[in-house]
Amino acid sequence: MKQRNQGSTRREILIGSLAGGLVATFRISDVAATPEAMRSAIRQIVGTAQVRKGRVDLDVPPLVENGNTVSLVVSVDSPMTKTDYVKSIHVFNEKNPQPNVIGVHLGPRAGKAKIATRFRLADTQVITAIAEMSDGTFWSASAEMIVTMAACVEVL
Amino acid sequence: MKRFHALMCAVVLAAVAGPAGSADIPLDQRRSGYADLGRDTKAMQDDDTSNPASLGVQDGEALWSQKAGTAGKACAECHGDAAASMKGVAARYPAFSPARKGPIDLEQRINLCRTENQKAEPLAFESRELLALTAYIGRQSRGMPIVQSDARLTSAIDAGRKLFTQRIGQISLSCAQCHDDNWGKQLASSLVPQGHPTGYPIYRLEWQSLGSLQRRLRNCMIGMRAEPYAYGAPESVELELYLMWRARGLTVETPGVRP
Amino acid sequence: MARPLVNVPAKVKRGQAFEIKTLISHIMETGFRYTTTGERIPRDIITFFSCSYNGEEIFRADLYPAISANPFFTFFTTATESGTLEFKWTGDNGFAETATAKITVE
Repeated sequence: MKQRNQGSTRREILIGSLAGGLVATFRISDVAATPEAMRSAIRQIVGTAQVRKGRVDLDVPPLVENGNTVSLVVSVDSPMTKTDYVKSIHVFNEKNPQPNVIGVHLGPRAGKAKIATRFRLADTQVITAIAEMSDGTFWSASAEMIVTMAACVEVL
Repeated sequence: MKRFHALMCAVVLAAVAGPAGSADIPLDQRRSGYADLGRDTKAMQDDDTSNPASLGVQDGEALWSQKAGTAGKACAECHGDAAASMKGVAARYPAFSPARKGPIDLEQRINLCRTENQKAEPLAFESRELLALTAYIGRQSRGMPIVQSDARLTSAIDAGRKLFTQRIGQISLSCAQCHDDNWGKQLASSLVPQGHPTGYPIYRLEWQSLGSLQRRLRNCMIGMRAEPYAYGAPESVELELYLMWRARGLTVETPGVRP
Repeated sequence: MARPLVNVPAKVKRGQAFEIKTLISHIMETGFRYTTTGERIPRDIITFFSCSYNGEEIFRADLYPAISANPFFTFFTTATESGTLEFKWTGDNGFAETATAKITVE
């Protein structure tokens, strides 16, 4: 992409203002989540336990068409028997105003450890899903999600 | 941000500098915006329980049999089962109104029914009720081809085409410069669609709600730095009509999902 | 307002895991947005969703502002006996909604 560094012409200013106006205009408050906030939110769930990579599959679109409504599917590799099952699944983000997305509680009766929902992404970021197993271990998966910039958002 | 502006400039300048006369998209090259949706957005539209617009359709179904106005009549009392009586209706709207000697869109048709037959107040544009009824009626045409063949509408279609190809707003852009001349290219990270109104009212992820074609057109005009036509203005309906004529033969998807 | 949409198979074989889908109308206002005049729009979200199968809770979710407008969920449960699935959503400003679905287990 070539960028000009001369002074802007009138047309460029107008087009610049067009582009500016088309960018999402909602303001994120000063309490935005950070990777640190995400880690602390995770600590609140897992305590001092170790979180291992694996057994969790995070199915999300790599390129997000609109950050307002993003599909999220989490499945966990588990036999889902009375003695070996997924107790809960928690999803976290690092750049939304808050680090938590959702926390769901399952049990052996679920039969299949797979859930889906739709969530919001304020920006390109890493999403982490953590599953708590009936034996007290924690497993996780992360995915980088790219939120593309929509061209024609509605300016209210 | 700087890169984004540069990209926008490139795209918009290319459009502005493009050939003056826009040509119609060849009939066999036309395609619904659905074709360019991501996997997840397609899935959202395809499954009724997943499609958030279903909530509006369900609302519309309830309103269909609800008495309204001083006549105390429900839509269903005259029109019966919408699955039969409304099948194909949305596929041919806007339609010619002999009383108005011109086109009226589906929303206006619903409001005419309310004021003339139900003796009720017209529903506001973009109100939950009007969107719900429009979505419910539109849903009955899903899968049917769009038809625009009423000879009485020829001059209104021409008027709509003029509006579509006319440069408007502070940056002097026309609808045609994006949707006829540059469809399939990128505007920022979004693909420029051909702009066929196959799924209205749509659930737009950007809006997080159901919205009408007129809302979408106003949305475009604001982006073009032009003053949008008022809801229900003759220009808005002529544009809707031209777009439906331009999309003739494509399949009704109502209620659609778009980014 | 629209009733919640719930999708479960009408008939399932005993012992089989089946999918449940739910969709509910709700604005899910995050509490992090501002009006054009700079006032904060107060939070208004669903905070809790649960599903019971013949009275026993089989699924429960805590929701945060990151959940999209018109919350949608899918999850699984194992068919045990015929009966009723009961769904409950609660949230800010006293929001409460319920739905039920019948299931036949063969």
